[in-house]
Amino acid sequence: MSELATNARVVRALGMRSIRQTFRRPQLMAPIVVFPTLLLAIQTGGAGGAVNLPGFPPVQSFLQFMLAGAMMQSLMLAGNSGGIALAVDIEMGFTDRLFSAPIPRYTIVLGRLAGTAALGLFASLWFLAIGLIFGAQIESGVAGALIAIALVTTTAMAVGGIGAAIALRTGSASVVQGLFPLVLVVLFLSSAFFPNELMIQPARAIAEYNPLSFVVEGIRGPIVSGVDASELGEAVLAIAGIVVLGLVLSARALRHRLRVG
Amino acid sequence: MAAAIVVEGLERAFDEVLAVQGVDLEVDEGEIYGFLGPNGAGKTTTVRMLTTLLLPTGGRATVAGHDVVKESRLVRASIGVALQEAALDPLMTGRELIRLQATLQGLPGSEGRRRADDLLERVDLAAAADRRVGGYSGGMKRRLDLAAALVHEPRVLFLDEPTTGLDPVSRKTIWEEVRTLNDEGTTVFLTTQYLEEADQLADNVGIIDGGKIVAEGTPESLKSQIGNPHIQLQLAAGSVADAEEVCARIGKLLPPKDGRTVLVEVENGAADIPRTVRALDEAGIAVESLELVRPTLDDVFVAKTGHHIEKDGEEGAEPEPVEA
Repeated sequence: MSELATNARVVRALGMRSIRQTFRRPQLMAPIVVFPTLLLAIQTGGAGGAVNLPGFPPVQSFLQFMLAGAMMQSLMLAGNSGGIALAVDIEMGFTDRLFSAPIPRYTIVLGRLAGTAALGLFASLWFLAIGLIFGAQIESGVAGALIAIALVTTTAMAVGGIGAAIALRTGSASVVQGLFPLVLVVLFLSSAFFPNELMIQPARAIAEYNPLSFVVEGIRGPIVSGVDASELGEAVLAIAGIVVLGLVLSARALRHRLRVG
Repeated sequence: MAAAIVVEGLERAFDEVLAVQGVDLEVDEGEIYGFLGPNGAGKTTTVRMLTTLLLPTGGRATVAGHDVVKESRLVRASIGVALQEAALDPLMTGRELIRLQATLQGLPGSEGRRRADDLLERVDLAAAADRRVGGYSGGMKRRLDLAAALVHEPRVLFLDEPTTGLDPVSRKTIWEEVRTLNDEGTTVFLTTQYLEEADQLADNVGIIDGGKIVAEGTPESLKSQIGNPHIQLQLAAGSVADAEEVCARIGKLLPPKDGRTVLVEVENGAADIPRTVRALDEAGIAVESLELVRPTLDDVFVAKTGHHIEKDGEEGAEPEPVEA
């Protein structure tokens, strides 16, 4: 078996472990599914009239508009949960088992990210299913749904890279868990839950430049209207930026962890 | 015989603290090397460097013929590691863990599954293989950790305090498995803070304190440096002076502990007990108890460092009681 194939097997095995770990630990699963679903239900039920506000983009329903935000929230928290799980591994010494195996050490991070990406995939399917069940339309059809799924999955992996970097750097689950409120703040300062056009300053300015807004619009476009090439391009660029940031930070944090033991 | 582990001037500093200070040691293939020292002596730091989990800040080391810094992946392919706190995921089952370990070691899927089944059987965990590790007892976790370390049949096995916190029965089970592995040809590098463990298992012992090796050799040679065993007898009745007069003919009298105990150093160990008993009987001296006390590795440790390796009363001399 070639080295590449062996490493791919390792990444797959570690990714599978990461997924099992999440499903077996309710405190990791709850923020990914339960919390965003409840928030979606509350916001849709309580603020559904927002679609009638002047300046609100044309959408079929508030639920249709909110699906991208719910997916974004879910994938952000999946990335955070992935970081927490990695930090728990460090705290209980499980990473020593991985570091003492004859595998390239980057496969350990990639395995974790593969698991986070799979959770992103699960989240996108879950919220699309909820949307369809409760009457939201996917305006650009199956192709649009696939684009949304791909964007959510890759963004989950990208955000997971940042979570992994923080876990590797600090080795503390409580520190990574402490970022939970920050994740929500960054998310609320994007177009995830409310259109930029209706925000007041300075939140509006922040949201316009927040990379997450570009990703959200890339996911939302195929759901509420149709695939827009420039919108999609901006989303891909934003995701690429987050991927590069996550991988660079993870690589540096990994080197640091191996240096300090 | 070729050396499985060679360590020359190994050092590790953490900021201003030098945790390991110029350690030199050599472990032959097929040997069990006991690395003995109290908590904080530098045992685990040394093991982490030898297993490539921590970079040395000085010196060099080779394991299975490979440099731990320059050829770390080759080292990792040759070793099995069971660290101090069994590095297990409580959410995984025993079988999942061993299979994951097999994948990490590059074993093909079918071989990994076969090895997992064999090893779980070997460490007597087949019945619990599909239960989550979080529900295992301390002994079961240690056995699973050991099985995971063996999945690729390593040439050198590192066991960092494998029995710390275990009950005596579980400890003996681990000892038996270590002996079996060694009989099969595996070199074992074992750190421990238990004197008895090093004494029972190790062919050679290195004693570390304050990051430095303070003594090295076979357990017997180390103990023989301290002196001969002594007979300790407690009188039921009669004069200590009379008993001392009799014992002085057997061996060298040692300073007494109290007013009813006589200590006499003997050259032939247990072989001197019968004539001691006969001489006391002929002199009409009644003895309540008599035991042969051998020098221990703790005595060696005290002689080299000035302090005991274990907490007082935890484990000290190893008396062999003899009914008088």
